[in-house]
Order: sequence, then C-alpha cells, then structure tokens
Amino acid sequence: MGQFILRRIGLMLITSICLTFIVFYLTNLFPNLEKLAKTQGNFRMSEAEVTSFLEDRGYLQSLPIKYGQWLGVLPGYVIEGKDGTIRGKCIKPGMQPENAAKFCGVIQGDWGFSTVFKDDIGKIVLIRLSLTGKLMFWVMLLMIPSALIVGILAGMREGSRTDRTLSTISITTTATPEYVSGVIFIAVFSSTAFGLKWFKGTAAKAMEDANFENFFLPVLTIALYGMGYIARMTRASMAEVMTAQYIRTARLKGVSFPNIVMKHALRNALIAPFTVIMLQFPWLLNGVVIVETLFNYKGFGWVLVQAAGNNDIELLLAVSAVSVVVVLLTQLISDIGYVYLNPRISVS
Amino acid sequence: MEALTWAEILSRMFYQLIPVWIAMVAMFSISFYYKRNLGLYGKLFDSPIGSIGFGIVIFWVLVGFFAGALDMISTHDPLSQVSGMKNKVPGTPLRGAEEGDYAFYLLGGDHLARDVFSRVMDGASIIVVIAPLATLFAFMVGITLGLPAGYYGGKLDTILSFIANLILAFPVILLFYLLVTPEIRMTGLPQYMAIFLFSFPILFFAVLINTRFYIQPQKRNLLIFIVVGLLSYLYLSLINEAGTKVTFFNAIDGFDVPGGLLTVFVSVVFVNSPTVFRIVRGLTLDIKTRDYVSAAQTRGEGPWYIMLWEILPNARGPLIVDFCLRIGYTTILLGTLGFFGLGLDPESPNWGATINEGRKLLSIYPHPALPPAFALLSLVLGLNLLADGLREESLKD
Repeated sequence: MGQFILRRIGLMLITSICLTFIVFYLTNLFPNLEKLAKTQGNFRMSEAEVTSFLEDRGYLQSLPIKYGQWLGVLPGYVIEGKDGTIRGKCIKPGMQPENAAKFCGVIQGDWGFSTVFKDDIGKIVLIRLSLTGKLMFWVMLLMIPSALIVGILAGMREGSRTDRTLSTISITTTATPEYVSGVIFIAVFSSTAFGLKWFKGTAAKAMEDANFENFFLPVLTIALYGMGYIARMTRASMAEVMTAQYIRTARLKGVSFPNIVMKHALRNALIAPFTVIMLQFPWLLNGVVIVETLFNYKGFGWVLVQAAGNNDIELLLAVSAVSVVVVLLTQLISDIGYVYLNPRISVS
Repeated sequence: MEALTWAEILSRMFYQLIPVWIAMVAMFSISFYYKRNLGLYGKLFDSPIGSIGFGIVIFWVLVGFFAGALDMISTHDPLSQVSGMKNKVPGTPLRGAEEGDYAFYLLGGDHLARDVFSRVMDGASIIVVIAPLATLFAFMVGITLGLPAGYYGGKLDTILSFIANLILAFPVILLFYLLVTPEIRMTGLPQYMAIFLFSFPILFFAVLINTRFYIQPQKRNLLIFIVVGLLSYLYLSLINEAGTKVTFFNAIDGFDVPGGLLTVFVSVVFVNSPTVFRIVRGLTLDIKTRDYVSAAQTRGEGPWYIMLWEILPNARGPLIVDFCLRIGYTTILLGTLGFFGLGLDPESPNWGATINEGRKLLSIYPHPALPPAFALLSLVLGLNLLADGLREESLKD
C-alpha cells in the first residue's frame, strides 16, 4: 500500500510538472507577452519599446531557463535594464538588489508576484481558495445527502413510479449546465419581473457574511449539476444490490423492507457512489468558475478568469498547479478509499 | 397596435414553426410504421423515454435546418437592430414596421434591440452542425488511438494513457482560456493542432478500407483513391486559410472556416477525445479476450483487421450511447465558451453568447436570457433521454 501511494505521488508530481510546463509555454508565446507588456506599460508602445520592456523583465530568456527559475531550480535572473534600474526575479519592489535571495521559485515557497492584483500570489491563492472552500463545503453538504437519498429511493424498487419520476429528475439536472440553471434561478427568484425576490442575485456580500438569502442560489446551482450524476450512479448500484441473492434470502426470512434497505443493501450499494463523488471534484471546479463569475463571488474560479483574461502568467501557473493537484489528489483518495471499502479489491 | 398576450405569442410561435411540425409528424409516422424493419433506430420507438428524447433532438435539428439553411422560421434578421425595441418585453409590436416586416417581437428584444426569437432559432443551426461534427471528430481520434492502446497494451498504452490523463487533469475552462484567444490564434497554434487532429479521420478510413479489401488490390486502390482523395481535399481546405500561418496548397483551398470557429472546433475536439480514448481502450481490453478475436488471430488476420472489423463493431452499443451523451456534453462546452465570450463571434446568435449577454441585465429584464437557456437545456435533455432509451433498448437483446 505504501509503495502504491508513493508511486501515485510520483506520477502526480510528473503530471503537474508537465501541465505547468504546457501552461508556461502557452502563456509565454510572444503575442501573449506583447499583450502583457501593453497592458502593463501603455497601449501605444512601439515594437522596440515592447521588446525592451520584456527584455528588462526577463521575459525574453529561453523557455526552459524561465521555467527553471519559476520552479526554483535555477537562480533567478538579474538584469540591468536600459533605463539603468536593476530588476531581478527575486528582487521585490523596494528591496536592495544585494539583499535578494539567489533562488526564488515554487520550491522555495515563492509563487511570484501577480501583475493584475499587484500582490503576492501565495497570499491571493490562499485567500481565494478559502472562499471557494466555503462554497464547496456547503455544496457538498447539500449535494451528497440529497443525491444519495434520491438514488436510494429510486433504486430500491426498480421500475416503479417513484423510480421513473426520480430518474427523470436526475437526468434533467445532469442536462442543465450551471450557466443555464443559474440564469433561470436568478431570473425566477431574484428578478423584479417575476416579483418573487426571495434570494439575492449576487453573492458578492456572501464573501464576508454568508447567509441563506445571498448564498443559497450559488450553492444550489453547483450542487444540482453534480447531484443528478451521483444519484444515477447510486440508483444503478442500489438496483444491482437489490437483485442479489442475500437480499432475497433476507426477504424470505421475513425481514421487513425498510430493514433490508437500511441494514443489508445500503452498505454494499454505497461503494460505487463514493468513487463517483470523489471524481466529481474536477467537474465541480468547472462549476465553481462559472458560478463565481455569474454570481460575482470572488473566489478561486473568479481568480482563474481574471488571471487568464489578463495573461497574468505566474498567477495562472499557480492556479493551474493548485487545481491539477486537487484533481489528482481526489483521484488518489478515491482509489485508496475504494480499496478500503471493498475488501475484494487489492492494489497490486 | 396592442401588445400580444401570452396565448397569442404561443400560437404565433406555433405558426412560425409549422414546417418543423409537418416534418416531425412525417418522420414519426414513417418511422413508427416501419419500426420493425429499422433495427436499433426502430426499437427506439418502443421506449417512451427514447421517443421523447428523439422527438426533442429532432425538433432542434429541424429548427436548425429550416432556420439556418432555408431561412423559414426566423421573423427578423438575428443581427439587425431596430430602434426603440431595446429590452422590450415579449409580444411588443415592432416600432415603425413597414410592409413585409413581421409586426411583432415574439419573445421581445435584447439589450441591442435585436429579436430574441430569431436569435434563438438561428442559434440552433450553429449548435446542430458544430456539436455532432466535433463529437464525430473526437470519436475518430479516440477510436484510432484507443484501439491500438487497448489491443497492444505495453509501452504504447502507458504513453497514450498518460497523455490522456494529462489532458483530463486540466480544468476545461483554463484550457479554453489558454487556447481560444486572439493572441494564440495569431501564433497559428490552433491550426497546427487542427493539422494533427483532423488527420485522424483520413488515417482511420484508409486503414479501414485497406484491411477489408487488401486481397482485392484493384477495388481497394479505387476505394482508397476516392475516399482519401475526397477527405484530403476537405482536410486541406479546412486547415488552410489565406493570411494565416498555414497557407500551403492554397491553390486548392476550397472554403475558409472563420478563424474563431476553427479554434473553437479544435479545442472542443481536443477536450473530448481523451475521454473517448479511455472508453474505447476499456472496451477493447474487454473484447480482445473473446473467442471470436482468438478465432480471427488463428485465421491469421492482421492486428488492424481484428481491431477495426472484429472489435469495433462489437463495441458499437456503448459507443453509440456515449456518442449521444457526448453531443450533449459538447453542446454544454460550446455554451460555456459562449458564456465566457471566447471563440465564436459574440455578435453571432449562438446560445451561450446570448445567455452571457442577457445575464447582465437579468434582474430587470430576464426575457432575453431565458429562451436560449431553455433551448440549450431542452436539447441536452433530449440527447440524454435519447441515450437512455438507446441504452435500454440495446441491453434488451
């Protein structure tokens, strides 16, 4: 087991290095750098000015060297610019060039400096991630129990009217992407046109002070899309377990139906949904980006959109590194959990 | 003129859609009458869920056809702006209507005073062309790579699976933001990706024909010449565009795809193919242990013959079901792109962009955003129901 986890972590590291390198390559293509220079400097820069701007800030070094500097395995650049100021990767604003460290990359814990937010990236990511964490916590709290209940009720008597109704509902929720359900919810529950005004159409206030009125719609929007899928998996797994021999034996022994469902079927039926729930994380990440944009909740997904829209290279790298690690970590947890839940499977 | 009531709006919309209703009734009655002779397609009509799903999907396909190709359904030009119609509620009479103009905005006007009804109807024609086509390309790539990965296993499998997992670990939206920007288009990267991804269908059909007819060289040569020639022509026309980085063979460049559209197409194919690859690989791993595969191996058939003519036909059930689901997923992805204002021309009436523009004034004027939202929802729902019906019916035999 230990070896298995070690191997998976090794694979995870290689994957994240490959992925961040791809992001690095795409963000460092020259037209992107040109755009960056023009938004940072001014929009009427000539080509020569753009080149010298980029050169002074170390953007025109070769790609592997820049990547090595970002990673922290190569010493950060120190370039004396054409205007006479000395700039370096490790020289923070207001710092003397002599005092700067030689290496400053991800390995040293320095994620760089955001060109959009003018702030330390490690700090930005941490704050935004905690806001998204709050959102995700409530999403999970709403999504998992309701999905499991719907799935169990539907799968308990396959083909019954309850099953048909609940299955149709689950299919409908999986067919509704967040930007559709979110728009419908806002229109119905918070617009003046329908006059309900039960909830707020924006969650901007929920960042400091979340309450039911301003936080329920975003949570519901994300939860609904994932819910249908988990419910369908639970239903399939429950329906399969209900046809098993030991369930029939229990019935013939005269165990009551609620007892069969709760004590005999449930435990076996929940193995498959567990893996599905863990694998939903990457999907939820997508939902988070859409919902945070739609409801103006300034979390991790919102930062992703800002970073990508403004080609904030280091912030974008940090965001992609974090999301890739989250995705791979959940895959690992789902694999390990599966082994623990299902004694018939072994890792080797 | 008075504004229309909701009943009048609905009946007028029903009237506008009459060509679609006629075509649907005709299709359903013919299919229902001959359903015993139509294989899996006919069996679909035995399951109520499947026929409802099929009905919704075919409705949008027909709307796309009549609105896009024949220009019969829309009441106004989806791009023309009429002064005084900004954010008007559904059923508002057209201000300053002249002879020959349709007198009402059936579903109101959006924030640029364009007709919402016409935009939704014309948006269907974009989706029903791009989504299935992109899914088809993703399947070609996934099948051509997934079959050998599952069949041979070993190093090839390890490398291909690693790459597939790599792409799947990317958050889709981040990938879109990185690939679908005007800056990236300038570097020609989407076109290089198109060169790579779109070569797979040619490869697929060449190998498909070759493995089947290699004992009859004359027939094979003729078939390969026709099919590969035609596909290559389309391929070269698709990837070449004057004034960009890829301009070789410009002499035979048959048509140009707008740059933004090509980029969107490439990224959607790129995002979808790893999942298809994983499904095909899994199915191949399962099917290659069957007796008929061993029989073919004993007969001395080549590996590609076994993959394409023994394994692939036997994997068709799950693949068809997944194809339907994946068209729905692609529709969602295209909507996501439109929602973030990426790729497709924001002026164009695609549903995602219309939702995105409508959401800005959502709390005051919800009517421009809701029709495209419900249209997208119903199309994806129809595809999911269709897939469900197909799965149910294909499990019966």
